[in-house]
Order: sequence, then C-alpha cells, then structure tokens
Amino acid sequence: MTDTDATIRGVLEALGRLPGTALRLKDHDDLYQNGLSSHASVNVMLGLEDAFDIEFPDSLLRRDTFQSVASIREALVSLGVTVDSQ
Amino acid sequence: MSVEGFRQSLLAAGLLIDGGSPGVYHRSFSFESIVSGLEVYISSVAADEERRQFQFSPLIASSALVRSDYLALHPDLIGMISSYAGREADLPSLLAKVAAGEEWSELLSPTDLALCGAACHNLYPLLADAALAADSLLYEVQAVCFRHEPSNDPSRMQSFRMREFVYVGSESGALAHREQWLHRGTELMRRLGLSVDVVVANDPFFGRGGLLIGAGQREKERKFEMVTSITSESPGAIGSANYHEDHFGRVYNISQSDASVAHTACVGFGLERITLALLHQHGLDVDLWPAVVRDRVFSAR
Repeated sequence: MTDTDATIRGVLEALGRLPGTALRLKDHDDLYQNGLSSHASVNVMLGLEDAFDIEFPDSLLRRDTFQSVASIREALVSLGVTVDSQ
Repeated sequence: MSVEGFRQSLLAAGLLIDGGSPGVYHRSFSFESIVSGLEVYISSVAADEERRQFQFSPLIASSALVRSDYLALHPDLIGMISSYAGREADLPSLLAKVAAGEEWSELLSPTDLALCGAACHNLYPLLADAALAADSLLYEVQAVCFRHEPSNDPSRMQSFRMREFVYVGSESGALAHREQWLHRGTELMRRLGLSVDVVVANDPFFGRGGLLIGAGQREKERKFEMVTSITSESPGAIGSANYHEDHFGRVYNISQSDASVAHTACVGFGLERITLALLHQHGLDVDLWPAVVRDRVFSAR
C-alpha cells in the first residue's frame, strides 16, 4: 500500500465512523455502502484536507468524490498530491 | 418587474410595512386575510384524514437545536434568545457601554430558548423516547418560523409561517406520504392559478461541508420543492417535500410499533410566499383576482 493510500485509510478509520475497519477496505469498495454517512463524509473531507494540506474545490464536493478509496485518491491526484510508489 | 420594484409596490399598497430590518415586515390585515384563507384552503384538503393538528409555539428549546443537529447544519440561520440575568448593581455598567456606543450584548446571557426554524421541529420532541401508538401517525402543524437570512427580497422574510403535513412511521409510508402530499400540494397551488413546477432541491447546509451534504441530499432526492414566480419571474420555492430517512427517529429515539427506528417525512407550505406569489400573479388588488381563485382562497371554510 502506498503512503497516500495508508493516509487515506487512516483518515477514514479515524473520522469515517465506519462499523468495520477502513484498513481492510478494497480500493473500489463503496464507502457509503460500508457505512459512511453524509455527516461523516464531511469530517473525512476536512481530515483529508488537513492530512494532505489541500483544499477540495466546490466542484469536487460531491458524493462520488468520497465514494471509494480509489475515487478519493483520484481527487487528491487531480489536486496535485503525489502518490508515492510502494 | 424587478424584485425591488415588486417590493416597493407592496409597500406602496400598504400590504407590507417595513419592519426596520431587512426581511422584517409588518402585514396589513388585507395581506393577513390571504394568509388566513390559505391556512383553511390548505387544511381543507386533508379534511378526510385522521390527523392531529397543532399550532406550535414560535419558540423551541435550544437543546432541541442541538439534538436535531440543526445547530451543526444551519448555525447561520439560528435565532437564540438572550436576556439579562445579572444583578441590578451591574446594570449601570451595561447601560454605560450602550451610551458609549460599545458592544453590550455580550453582557446578556443565553436563555434556554431559541426561535423555531421549521414547524415540524417542535413535533419530534413530543414523540421522543417512545414507541408510536400506531403503525404511523399524521400531523398537521403550523408555526411562526425564524431564519436569520436578511434580504431585500420579500420572499425571504426572517419571520414567516409554515404549515406542514408530517408523517411518522415506516420508511415506505414516509416516502408514500411525501409523494402523495407533493402531488396534492402542487395541485392545490395550481388551482390558485399559479404555474408550479416540481424540482429536486437541497437545504442550504452551512459551509463547504454543507455543499457536500447538500449534494448528497440532491443525489438521493431527499428534497423536492414546489417552485413558482414569487417576487420576480425567477422561480422560488413556495413549499417543499422532504424525506428525512431515520434522522429524527434516531436522534429523538422515536420507535415504530415494531421497535425499529421511525422514519419521517414532511410536506410544508410557506404561507407568506404563497401569498406573495398570488399577489405577483394576480395583482395587488384582491378584488380584481380571478373569481375562482378568490373563491378558493376566501371561501374554503
């Protein structure tokens, strides 16, 4: 797992209030179906901004941005976050 | 006619009187007669339904704002009530600040009260921590509501009346209620000669996080609005139909008769907005309105 992915999963674990652990989620598992609520997604959004020192533009403040670890990673990459190689 | 032009015409006709702050108006009794007529007209469509009816207080416990999450989601719309809880001996220093033009309101203390933001918000505390007495319950409620949204558009008043039909029960029942009442409500408004469309909408949740929650609300179609021209040709919402999932059931611990968490839905009508829409559509002189509209608004008793 890359550092970026580990950080994403760490934020989900700490702030996502998921019933199960975020660490075992696969890249494309639907986070909402795994228990991510709208309220928790806001905390996840803020946690990711803090962890990666970025700000999501309004255009990315959509449900599908936070649908999966993969979609979160994609959004971060579009904002200039470098995904470290393993 | 522009929004400001319409506002000036309402003031010139004496239908609304400037209340001294943006979005605050006094109403003439002519304006009020339309609102009263609409209360009866809207209520009459539910005449055959078994429901409990309440005129709720314009006040709500500030603890309810916390419990319902309204504080977290709409902190910018809240009206909290403060008062002076100090001693007589300390009052002169407050008044000295007033006289000196300094900030003095911090010397007031919050009470346990706030102004209510939506009519149904005072219903859920009444059902809290209990199981419903039946599979589902229907309520018709009205309240004076407050939202801190200063605006020069008369369709955005800070204090306004809302009448709602609220369902408490199962998920499928809540969705069916919303659909039925959205249809009924739209037809009710069209029968008043208003051109009404139904659109997916979202609440104005606070902040950037609010944009994300609002996007989710739209995507899941949790909110529909009945829109028409109110104070200009641009459409605005004269009512809305909301499915709350199990939000209020969970936070207020309201159970269905089978012990599962209750789902709720509400369809609400903004009485001042409908009144303004009628004045905008049919003119400021009620005597010149189409007879059929006048009859429906004023003769529904």
